[in-house]
Amino acid sequence: MRSFLPPQASTFAGQWDLLYDSLLLVSFLGGAILIVAMLYFIVKYRRRTDTDKTAYISHNYYLEFLWTFIPLLVFLGVFAWGAYVYYLQRKVPENAIEIGVTGWQWRWDFQYKSGKKTTNELVVPINTPVKLVMTSGDVIHSLFIPSFRTKQDAVPGMYTMLWFEANQLGTFQIFCTEFCGLQHSNMLAKLKVLPQNEFNEWLSLSDSGQGKAGDSPAQRGSALYQSKACSACHSLDGKTVIGPSFKEIFGKTELLSDGSSALVDENYIRESILNPNAKVVKGFTPGQMPPFQGQLTDDEITDLIEFIKTVK
Amino acid sequence: MAHVANATHNEDYLHHGKGLWSWMTTLDHKRIGLMYFLSILVFFFIGGIYALLIRTELIAPGSTIMGPDQYNKVMTYHGSIMVFMVIIPGIPAFLGNFLLPIMLGAKDVAFPRLNLASYYVFMLGAFISVTSLFTTGVDTGWTFYTPYSLQTKSGVILMVAGAFTMGMSSILTGLNFIVTVHRLRAPGMTMTRMPLMVWALYSTAILQVLATPVLGITLLLLIFERLFGVGIFDSTLGGDPVLFQHFFWFYSHPAVYIMILPAMGVISELIATFSRKTIFGYTAIAYSSLAIAVLSFFVWGHHLFVSGQSEWAGILFSFITMLVGVPTAIKMFNWVATMYRGSVKLDAPMLFAVGFMFLFLIGGLTGIMLATIALDVHLHDTYFVVAHFHYVMVGGTLMAFMGGIYYWFPKMFGKMVNEFPAKLSWFFIFLGFNVTFFPQFILGSLGMPRRYFDYLPEFTALNRISTVGSYLIATGFLIALGTIIHGLIAGRKATANPWGGKTLEWTIASPPIHDNFNKIPVITAGPYEYR
Amino acid sequence: MSIAKTASEHHHAHHFESPEKEFIASKEGVWLFLATEILMFGGLFVALTIFRGLYPEVFLKGATTVDWRMGALNTVVLIFSSLTMALGIHYFQKGDRQKAIISLAVTVLCGAVFMVVKYFEYSHKLHLGLAPAKFFTNPEMANIEHIKIYFGLYYTMTGLHGAHVLIGMGLISWILYRAIAKDEFGPKYFTPVEGVGLFWHIIDLIWIFLFPLFYLT
Repeated sequence: MRSFLPPQASTFAGQWDLLYDSLLLVSFLGGAILIVAMLYFIVKYRRRTDTDKTAYISHNYYLEFLWTFIPLLVFLGVFAWGAYVYYLQRKVPENAIEIGVTGWQWRWDFQYKSGKKTTNELVVPINTPVKLVMTSGDVIHSLFIPSFRTKQDAVPGMYTMLWFEANQLGTFQIFCTEFCGLQHSNMLAKLKVLPQNEFNEWLSLSDSGQGKAGDSPAQRGSALYQSKACSACHSLDGKTVIGPSFKEIFGKTELLSDGSSALVDENYIRESILNPNAKVVKGFTPGQMPPFQGQLTDDEITDLIEFIKTVK
Repeated sequence: MAHVANATHNEDYLHHGKGLWSWMTTLDHKRIGLMYFLSILVFFFIGGIYALLIRTELIAPGSTIMGPDQYNKVMTYHGSIMVFMVIIPGIPAFLGNFLLPIMLGAKDVAFPRLNLASYYVFMLGAFISVTSLFTTGVDTGWTFYTPYSLQTKSGVILMVAGAFTMGMSSILTGLNFIVTVHRLRAPGMTMTRMPLMVWALYSTAILQVLATPVLGITLLLLIFERLFGVGIFDSTLGGDPVLFQHFFWFYSHPAVYIMILPAMGVISELIATFSRKTIFGYTAIAYSSLAIAVLSFFVWGHHLFVSGQSEWAGILFSFITMLVGVPTAIKMFNWVATMYRGSVKLDAPMLFAVGFMFLFLIGGLTGIMLATIALDVHLHDTYFVVAHFHYVMVGGTLMAFMGGIYYWFPKMFGKMVNEFPAKLSWFFIFLGFNVTFFPQFILGSLGMPRRYFDYLPEFTALNRISTVGSYLIATGFLIALGTIIHGLIAGRKATANPWGGKTLEWTIASPPIHDNFNKIPVITAGPYEYR
Repeated sequence: MSIAKTASEHHHAHHFESPEKEFIASKEGVWLFLATEILMFGGLFVALTIFRGLYPEVFLKGATTVDWRMGALNTVVLIFSSLTMALGIHYFQKGDRQKAIISLAVTVLCGAVFMVVKYFEYSHKLHLGLAPAKFFTNPEMANIEHIKIYFGLYYTMTGLHGAHVLIGMGLISWILYRAIAKDEFGPKYFTPVEGVGLFWHIIDLIWIFLFPLFYLT
């Protein structure tokens, strides 16, 4: 394994690396011919006197043909090989399991066929083809899994797809690679590859099983705060990131952008989660937060409220 | 004779007419070229400061000297200023304006008044763009991708309107150059006797005229979309955000060649002169410029390999992109072959040409890697791409630009610059460039995405090296600026032909007279007749 | 006549060998400029083609809101103005200054008629709330999916075309001013007239494509 590529963790990563290495090698050789020849000529034919006479060589069709034709052949070869590996990257096996993906400013939502939803955490079984059907809720994002050597844009108003088959257990990094605004570089997610039986077990846990069983509502809310990426915009330490900080927010009376004021109580928080633009605190821009209507169960909202009460 | 011969006729162009007003209203292509030079220099230093801010912020993970919002703006202004105000006008509008008529044996470009107008249109566009700084700023990146650019701050409208205006200037310059090349060649100056610099400028002008209008309408649509809602880029109205990318790159890919083709022209001149040898494969170099210009219209889709365009389209675009590699390779081989059995002197301009060969080679070869569709799927929008296009645009275009400035400086101002500091500036720029951008190839291969304000801790070491390199580049450019200013003030007097060049500009005085030629020359041979 | 340069004594710029060469170069410049105009509108026509292909029913519905008689009237007006423009150049070449000036004046007038008709069309639509997406308020059309794209393209394309008509009218007025006040044009020198004429023809040509695409379906 080389230090300049991420680990190989998908079925086509090995093929990709072979192509990459080969191209590096060919480029190095081709480039070396040119550079060495140039440096050699610079030294060998350096100007000795100010009246140097030089050879008058205007062209040489044989040579010119060679350095037109040989690069052409090499480039066409590279193209064909690239197209072949691309075919591997894009041809989805028929038995692939499907997972829905939605990009938001700034989080990734994953939706399983079983109804399970996660945020910023994609869990897949090993040695099983997985197909991601992707879209975006606001602007263009791009899901990039370096260890799998694949990426695809998530575009609002259309579906794009991406597939892979993980062949390594472990946790891998997911980046957003299409510039999407303020928190673009924090739009990170994790990809967990589990053995098939552990995956099945994980899938059967209920949604609110985000936290461990037996956790208090506030602890479950804290887990949701992380997993639903509330943390990207709402700090716990009083700093203003994008939305208001949660520090000591419960019970406070906030001045709203329309001039009225509102007490931050259970109902206000619930409304702000489901319909964030209804009552925007003065000084914050409406429309920054996506509505979570249909994304959270009532129990989860209750857990979150309990959590927010504890942030002091 | 229709025009009135006046007493100052044989005065050099710098002294033909006095005072600021005579410069601001000049119709002389040489003076207009110098006005572009000064403006571009100012923009270049502003863009450079933004570059240093970016690199300084990225010296460590997390927030170092600014927040994410400021970073996104800095990154946008660096890109927009460097692309629209420095690299695109850099060689054609400055060196091209100065040299094209002289190299053809003409007294001026075809439409001198239009030429001056293009300059003012350019400055107006630059002004409009820069005013966006004083509103909310722009944080979209220089590519203005929809729908983000429709939803973010309103400064986008000003910036885009500025880019549109500068595009008009670019069209007018290109149009002027095409007609000049067609209609104002001296007697005997056939197309195949034109210097390769002229061929490069001619190919560039074709691109400017044919590609820029599409950018124009794209940017106008973006403005209308923001102001009134046209709908075609807006998915909530049934539009297609990816259509914007198609429109944008239909211009902006040819624009990459608008940036690099003139640089290739400069390199052809430098290598011929400093090898004191006729250029090898003149016809091949000339027509490869045209071939690149034509092919560049059919490769825009290689920016959209992972955007959701159809796989077959991607494969087709990958194929055509490979073909662009061929004329580029032809040029590289021909330049090296020109040095064979030559008389090579490594004066400062030639050092930049050699540096160009090295850096552009790396830029070109990594371009082939990115054109390989499978590799692009991983490398797209990572630092690998950032490194690649900096190797092409800075390593290629700016190296040629610097070499060109040092080479034609004696002709423009009648004075020589000092060799030693000029070479020293080369050393810092060349070294600093590699230190800055080579690590970014590795960062990109490892998966670090571009336009990231913050990064994972494992990317720290390489980012730090890159930041150190950026300061080396800045040192190099400061030395270059000092060298040029010193040359202007205290440079020793230049002869008409200090380098032993063979093209027409070296047959006239340094600096040239207002009309370039007292008597239009009659051309009887090719441009590089070193016998 | 006490004016410096008149039709009989035009000078050519000093960097051209002869007035003929200057004329050819200027004309080439104008043609190149027109090519950029066509490419610019070309982008819009590409967008129009794409969305007509995607939502043909939207364009059927949209065309019911425009009055083809108004469009047809404007088409006739513009085609006629192209004729008078060509006549204007012809008379300058012949040296018949008076007829040339009349022809050009009629051309400007036709442009004005076109713009007045356009004004009535626009104000009628805006009155019905058939405005671009951000200001769209028409209740009947609102429930037709993607209908706003029709109006987005309609206003963008006819608006940009209208702006060109205005610019063209301005240019012809400038030619008229130079012809009337300075008597600059005649058989020996009519380059600007010819250039503006070509521009005017291109504007007509673009309208001839716009008319069937938006008004007839």
